[in-house]
Amino acid sequence: MPMTTAVLRTLALVGAVAGVLGLATTAHAAGETVTPPNQNWSWEGPFGTYDRAAAQRGFLVYKQVCSSCHSMEQLDYRHLTGIGFSEAEVSALAAGFLVVDGPDENGDMFRRPALPSDGFTNPYENEQMARLANNGSLPPDLSVIAKAREYGADYLYALLIGYEDPPEGVELRAGMHYNRYFSGGQIAMPSMIVDGGVEYIDGTEPFVNQQAWDVTTFMMWAAEPHMDRRKEMGVMVIGFLAVFAVLMWLVKRRVWSDTH
Amino acid sequence: MAHASPPPAFKNPMVRWIDSRLPVFTLMQKEYGVFPMPRNANYFWNFGAIAMVMLMVMIVTGIFLSMHYTPHVDHAFNSVERIMRDVNYGWLMRYVHMNGASFFFIAVYIHIFRGLYYGSYKAPRELLWMLGVVILLLMMATAFMGYVLPWGQMSFWGVTVITNLFSAIPMVGDSVVTWLWGGFAVENATLNRFFSLHYLLPFVIVGVVFLHVAALHVTGSNNPTGIDPKGPQDTLPFHPYFTIKDTFGLVVFLLIYCGFVFFAPNFMGHPDNYIPAQPLVTPAHIVPEWYFLPFYAMLRAITFDFLFIEAKLGGVIVMFASVFILFLLPWLDTSRVRSARFRPIYKWFFWVLFVNVLILGQVGALAADDPFEMFGISFGFISATTVGQICTFYYFFHFLVLLPLLGKFETPLPLPRSIHESVLPKGARGGGPLPAGAAAKPMGKA
Ligand code: HEC
Ligand code: HEM
Repeated sequence: MPMTTAVLRTLALVGAVAGVLGLATTAHAAGETVTPPNQNWSWEGPFGTYDRAAAQRGFLVYKQVCSSCHSMEQLDYRHLTGIGFSEAEVSALAAGFLVVDGPDENGDMFRRPALPSDGFTNPYENEQMARLANNGSLPPDLSVIAKAREYGADYLYALLIGYEDPPEGVELRAGMHYNRYFSGGQIAMPSMIVDGGVEYIDGTEPFVNQQAWDVTTFMMWAAEPHMDRRKEMGVMVIGFLAVFAVLMWLVKRRVWSDTH
Repeated sequence: MAHASPPPAFKNPMVRWIDSRLPVFTLMQKEYGVFPMPRNANYFWNFGAIAMVMLMVMIVTGIFLSMHYTPHVDHAFNSVERIMRDVNYGWLMRYVHMNGASFFFIAVYIHIFRGLYYGSYKAPRELLWMLGVVILLLMMATAFMGYVLPWGQMSFWGVTVITNLFSAIPMVGDSVVTWLWGGFAVENATLNRFFSLHYLLPFVIVGVVFLHVAALHVTGSNNPTGIDPKGPQDTLPFHPYFTIKDTFGLVVFLLIYCGFVFFAPNFMGHPDNYIPAQPLVTPAHIVPEWYFLPFYAMLRAITFDFLFIEAKLGGVIVMFASVFILFLLPWLDTSRVRSARFRPIYKWFFWVLFVNVLILGQVGALAADDPFEMFGISFGFISATTVGQICTFYYFFHFLVLLPLLGKFETPLPLPRSIHESVLPKGARGGGPLPAGAAAKPMGKA
């Protein structure tokens, strides 16, 4: 019996070791798609919050550059108070857009300036028109894009400033642009951000990196608008639970002290 | 159970009045007040109570989500976004629910492995164990259908892949799939029925949990030694000893859970599920939620036809068998000693099985023809599928071959005479150890 025991034990050991460690050989080589560099965003960490000034500038970039192709269907103008615009500013901003409303008493649809309660206007009436205008590709909705891509904001930022000439031997398909952060390397969106392409009213220099940074901040906020509040609450919840855990541990020790 | 206590005398006349007509207070007192717990039950015995709390959390947050959720293919994704943006504390409800599913599974998986280690499935707890397996199956069905509801890309393609599996059933497969879908594709009818069932099943789980606890209170809890309590010196009343211990454990668990809810709520999710479902665009890589990965790996391990069984059907059979085999566990394990603490060989194989399941989980996350990699190390010479096949084989080998044989060939360590003795300091122990095997006798006959 002890003999079999020893054999079985050895078998188990070999199994475990082979399973966990034994088979390791080569270190992991980098795959084809490039990992975007890690950036220091203001909202990182348990106490990080959105940089509201950057998010406001980012909205400007979205409005002046991206919104001609990309919708943000989950956002209403009123949501913009979340990045520090006042109600009056939001009303004024919204009024700069025309939305279709109706039907009126004659049964006709009509256009009117947008209200804060209206959703962000769509650049295209439908998917077919969007594709027609973009060489067959569909510019995705940007409302939750920051959560819908691996590496989130790091990826978006890298993508926006990652345009390059295609390397030797890569043949671009018609209407495509080379960007090594995009899966497959060929993207239908042209490089849209240019130095000085927008004019910032707060005096920030509108360099390409700055604009990309700001619009990425805006997209992150749009995807997760209650993050600041969430973390604020989280700190309180964790603090409470930690104190409560210590108390419970002390009570437990006390209750159990008569058992030993 | 072990020793009768006098009926409680309630001071409050109202309580007495009610109790003499409907003895709920007596019941609570008996089952949660003086109920005798083995005094040596360790923190692994917390996870049943924790799972129960998680079930309640899921039901409460789920009911609030349902008030704002719209089960329609055109509105589901947007309604979840409305919850996240415009419903007061909707983001909290959703993140608590979303991460709650993961933490519910974490609690239940720890609970199950605890049972495997300490032999809690053995006589007289076979039915208790089997009811647990039923709960696991119901949880899996519930979580699977819940993941469909936000109608993201992974929702859509996950349900498409998994429901399609049923087409492997000979003869009636295609009809079964049409019946499940309520149409000829995954569409609105599918989403509607999944919502309906996702709302229903948790309450079925509550029912089975009730039976599970009722069965537990007949046999009493197992403990780390696996030997039965022999008398009052081996047990402590549930209250206050285990109420406080469970509370402490629960708070620590909630601390970690809340860490994810508030600081990394999407960590366990897949980014693709924030893309609205697109029936014409297949994601590069379809993966289920993490808690299904080991089973998904076993499903995909069968890449070959076996006799008259096609590969696809084989995979489905193996996947379901991997859970159903747990129903047979009480009879597959032939050892009379419960706890791995006194089973020098089983103890090793337990950990091999554990690692095996982790590797299966990793295989489930990789694309089938990827080279196998784990912890950032690539094992270039072996494909994920091959590793999955080896581990799937081992999984069944463990239950069908090792366990029956081990009971016959393993020499257990001497068992302590009683629980009381095993927890006393070394010097204070008297008498020699009992012969192995004396332990597994049902209580009362010892
Ligand atoms: C001329 C129209 C146009 C403009 C302006 C435009 N885009 Fe795009 N964008 C596209 C198209 C088309 C795609 C789809 C690319 C593809 O699938 O190859 C796209 C894709 C994207 C993606 C998704 C990439 C991925 O991983 O799938 C992001 C993010 C994005 N754009 C951000 C922006 C931002 C930010 C701006 C403003 C600075 C902007 N776009 C301006 C046309 C545009
Ligand atoms: C056994 C307990 C339960 C489990 C394991 C579970 C699991 C899940 C999962 C995994 C999701 C998808 C989360 C996401 O990605 O958004 C989900 C969503 C949902 N569940 Fe549950 N659930 C449970 C109980 C309930 C109950 C009792 C209800 C209703 C009474 C409910 C209502 C909903 C609703 C409305 C959604 C869609 C909203 C959303 O996706 O956030 N759930 N559930």
